[in-house]
Amino acid sequence: MGWLFEPGWWANGTVRTALLVGFVVAVTSAVVGIFTVMRGQSFAGHALTDVATAGGAGAFLAGVAPLVGFVGGGVLGAGAMDAIGVQRVKGRDIATGVVLGAAMGLAALFLFLSARSSSASGTTQLVLFGSIFTVSPSTLPEVSWLSGAVLVTLAAVARPLLLSSLSVELAAARGVRLRSVGLIFMVVLAVAVGMSAIVIGAILSTALLIGPPASALRVARRVGRAVALAAGLGVLATWVGVLFAYDSYYWFPSHRSLPVSFFVVAAIVVEYLVASVLRRRTRPAPVAASEPEGWT
Amino acid sequence: MFSSFMTNAWISGTIVAMLAGAVGFFVVLRGASFAAHAIPNGAFAGAAGAYLVGISPLVGLVSFALLSALGIGVTSRRTRNDVATALSLVAMLALGAAFLSVSLIYEPTINALLFGEILGVSSSQLAPVLILGVVSVAVLGWFYRPLVFTSVAPELARARGVNATVVDVAFLVVVALATALTVPVVGALLTFSLMIGPPAAARILVARPGWAVAGSVGLSLVTVWVSIGASYALNLPIGFFVGALGAVFYLGARVAARRRVTRPAT
Repeated sequence: MGWLFEPGWWANGTVRTALLVGFVVAVTSAVVGIFTVMRGQSFAGHALTDVATAGGAGAFLAGVAPLVGFVGGGVLGAGAMDAIGVQRVKGRDIATGVVLGAAMGLAALFLFLSARSSSASGTTQLVLFGSIFTVSPSTLPEVSWLSGAVLVTLAAVARPLLLSSLSVELAAARGVRLRSVGLIFMVVLAVAVGMSAIVIGAILSTALLIGPPASALRVARRVGRAVALAAGLGVLATWVGVLFAYDSYYWFPSHRSLPVSFFVVAAIVVEYLVASVLRRRTRPAPVAASEPEGWT
Repeated sequence: MFSSFMTNAWISGTIVAMLAGAVGFFVVLRGASFAAHAIPNGAFAGAAGAYLVGISPLVGLVSFALLSALGIGVTSRRTRNDVATALSLVAMLALGAAFLSVSLIYEPTINALLFGEILGVSSSQLAPVLILGVVSVAVLGWFYRPLVFTSVAPELARARGVNATVVDVAFLVVVALATALTVPVVGALLTFSLMIGPPAAARILVARPGWAVAGSVGLSLVTVWVSIGASYALNLPIGFFVGALGAVFYLGARVAARRRVTRPAT
């Protein structure tokens, strides 16, 4: 196994933290992601990472804890999207777009100001791309606590949420309060995405939120199995990515390692391709009733 | 503000604003905001790759923007459109992160690509910007009828024999070309703001497609001109003003539209 695990892998504290945090974030993202994909809210799921990033940059500037900025920014963004009209499928695209555009303008301002006020370099890259290797072990309890809150909330609204994701009409007929359920889901999404954006970066946040659930929904027939499969695929991709990123330090004579996000996304793309091939032999997965209008 | 070194900023900003206003109208009409967000990020990865290989950034921008557009267009025939876009987006960004980590680019260069550096536009950049802009607008004009038709009434267009996939991919290619132009000027992140805010506002205020395109271009021009001026005067990043003005125009249009609807009723 020496060829696979380069020297120091087993004894490295940074690696252990990365694997643990990666596990928690991947599982949470997978569970939230199943609903995100089924509801056709991938765009909102991605946009909230950028909105959370703006919050994080603001927190950096104001000297507040970054986690507060990321999660707070995400929740504010989710509220703004809901107010503009994320509930209607037709207006969802624009609502998300307008909030995203405004948030990126704010991010540009905050990053510019913090780059001017402090000499700390690499802020932009750290905030945007993040790195699982820079996570300090002390954030693990915070991340676990937030993940627990996200999963418990999701479990509490799982049935009405699932029903409204599969068929809006049916859910309304059964007396589901669509607006409240939709808003609760947006807030849960914002917290999950804000948390993962600060820990693993905006790229990986979206990748883990959409990739494994999309693959799982291609092959699994039941929602419960899809959730379990997505969580497994997400954890696998994260761990493989961390391992390869660690190993890549030894690949080049210059000892410049490639980023974790590159390897994790590569693993996720491979998983998705395999799932697409397998799909030909199985029945299609449950598909959300509310296909985005306009251009499918 | 109008000194010689600002001339290029005003010229390129004007071209970019007209282009983004025109293309953005169809982005809003077709509900393609996510694609319009993903393609500039792909272009950013291309620029990072171009620095790595040592070729002109414009080549990297154009080729990766086209690659993202085709990736989204081809994948979304098989799967849900938003999922296809999300996967293409993260794949491109991850490639960009890999390029950045291998090549040593200074942080100001990255910031310029992400958030724009309109004051850094050189005279030699103006010609390709103008040519690509004219090409994009020409393609849009040529495609105008099928574009509006497939956006407003997709079923009817299909029944009339319009090939929706061809129109879709052609449109994404135009978005890609427009994006490759706007990224060096307003940055990858705010190319998107310019393509959504002013067009969404114009679409609320004006009902007829032709006039709405004109309104969208007009609002976009105001956004860019005010942003350049404010950025110069206050020494803050132009991206902030573009993003803020887009949101202000959209909210203003919503308020104006609501007032117009309620007034006849009272």
